[in-house]
Amino acid sequence: MRTDLSGHRHEWLDDDAGPVVRPYTLTGGRVRSCADGFDLVAYVLANPNPDLGAYPELHPEHRLLVELAGRGTPVVELAADLDLAVGVVRVLLGDLLSRGLVAVQQPPRATYLPDNDILKAVMDGLRAL
Amino acid sequence: MDSVRYDAERRGHRVPIALKILIAGGFGAGKTTLVSALSEVRPLQTEEILTGAGIDTDDISGVETKSTTTVAMDFGRITINDDLQLYLFGTPGQDRFWFLWDELAFGALGAVVLADTRRLADCFPSIDYFEQRGVPFVVGVNCFDGSQRFSLEAVRRALDLDHDVPMVLCDARDRQSGKSVLISLVEHVARQRGEPVPAA
Repeated sequence: MRTDLSGHRHEWLDDDAGPVVRPYTLTGGRVRSCADGFDLVAYVLANPNPDLGAYPELHPEHRLLVELAGRGTPVVELAADLDLAVGVVRVLLGDLLSRGLVAVQQPPRATYLPDNDILKAVMDGLRAL
Repeated sequence: MDSVRYDAERRGHRVPIALKILIAGGFGAGKTTLVSALSEVRPLQTEEILTGAGIDTDDISGVETKSTTTVAMDFGRITINDDLQLYLFGTPGQDRFWFLWDELAFGALGAVVLADTRRLADCFPSIDYFEQRGVPFVVGVNCFDGSQRFSLEAVRRALDLDHDVPMVLCDARDRQSGKSVLISLVEHVARQRGEPVPAA
């Protein structure tokens, strides 16, 4: 949906930009996650026995996230699977984290990778493709 | 940030390490094509939100009145082994979306800058970005029509590239070709760290 921009030109909005949306409706207007630092490739892992019934305030999207994260899934794949913007998914994940329904494993910063083993594994893996 | 740094492994699960590699270059340089050629899954798309309300501030009052839009990012995945996955991110093409790059570049293993010799200047901004932030990168010269129009040395001069930045000819549509570009990137990262380049 494109809104009528006449009189309200916005620097971001033109043909290159995506549709105008209200992505934060789902989060009740919250744009910031209550937990910081969900990297795009941080792995989210659902608690193996989540008691979702105890949290009636959670949306269906929260529940889907818990389901999708059952075997450990990176943030960016969760967002793609749910077809939600990453920013929205981060807020929802923050809700789940604060309730102990998921755990998050941040990726190591590649610059601090401890040794050559990982580079070697990457190289071997690429050569084997 | 530490509050979310739980060790998921303590819950009895083994979670792989995911490494980010950025695929950059001008509009139409073949970024999405390269991600498609290399990804083991159909490339996925995700969106990041652009909003007048700063994501960096805590003030969320009035968010509902701000104009908001989204910008799409393509990504693909290569599983190296049970413990290691590579995520390839095609960077948003327009210069003005670059603030999104900071997040992509944070902690990334490195980057591939795709150059189209017909529009060489289009990749200057990507090169500047990675040089300034110290992100290791290689330049892949995408040979669109299968023919090499300029020598690599000529392209290197035109890009004013440091001599230690690897340049490779590639065909972004071809998996093997894309694979060699990634391998030169990993070799470059190893060299930059002063570590022996893993042998074949």
